[in-house]
Amino acid sequence: MMLFQFFLILLMLIGAIAVYVFKSLINAVVAMALVSLIASILFYFLQAPDVAMAEASVGAALTTAIFVIAIRKTRKREDKE
Amino acid sequence: MRRIIGIILLIIIAFGVILMLEKIPFGTPKTRVGKYYIGNGIRETGAPNIVTSVVINYRGFDTLGEVTVLFIAALGVGAAFATVEKKVDKKMIEPASLILSTGCRFLFPFILLLGTYIFVHGHLTPGGGFQGGAIIASAFLLIYLGCRGRRVNERKAKTAESLGGLIFVITGLLGLIFGGYFLLNFLPKGTIRTLFSAGIIPIINVAIGFKVGSELATIIDNMLEESE
Repeated sequence: MMLFQFFLILLMLIGAIAVYVFKSLINAVVAMALVSLIASILFYFLQAPDVAMAEASVGAALTTAIFVIAIRKTRKREDKE
Repeated sequence: MRRIIGIILLIIIAFGVILMLEKIPFGTPKTRVGKYYIGNGIRETGAPNIVTSVVINYRGFDTLGEVTVLFIAALGVGAAFATVEKKVDKKMIEPASLILSTGCRFLFPFILLLGTYIFVHGHLTPGGGFQGGAIIASAFLLIYLGCRGRRVNERKAKTAESLGGLIFVITGLLGLIFGGYFLLNFLPKGTIRTLFSAGIIPIINVAIGFKVGSELATIIDNMLEESE
């Protein structure tokens, strides 16, 4: 179980770095949703099911949807510096 | 050049955070109030779920503040999108495939039921008003994505939201009348671990569930309405 949690944290770090690296904003939002989803699983392992529920529904579902709608209305890609 | 400066700053900040966290042992209770809640929470509030009893009963006023913040956010989104003429974008109403739209319509009542279950049983099982409301809002999001053209009834959503807020505040004020302070648990505690127990906690949970669900659904609804 400990190994599984290490794997999840590693995946979460990769997701967090991917948010920074991706130039396509939609991909970045999906990576952010991944970070949120793994955070909710980790909350569950840390015996905080209330927080896990809130994180999964708000962080992974609704925030992602709102970001996707906002990106759809503005620009698809990040500008170069 | 900017990247290098950014990375150096990040390393400095990370070093500071690590130094700070090193002092705190992981998982040990730092305050006495947490121990008090775990020891006396069930007896004093009648709710087996300690988190809900803290959120609704011991710190109910803070929850009212949180709900108000969410209300202001929904109001802000509504105000930002209210100036444009409301109409549904034509290119958004591509009919979804039969499987998708049927599946969404089939799943919608079950997700609503799950959200309702979570906030009604907030004092017994994990979850509460916020979680249940967010799940209900995600059901509406599913309908928006799967069955294009279906909209939430804005007037009914606003009514549900206002009713939720009113019930919360009125229950708090009743506590002020009966006992002397806002959000006092004036109802009988009942038998622990049954649905109708824990005094005002289920009532406030249902109120928060309705309020949060309709607010988040309204935010999504406002954002999906295409501007000209």
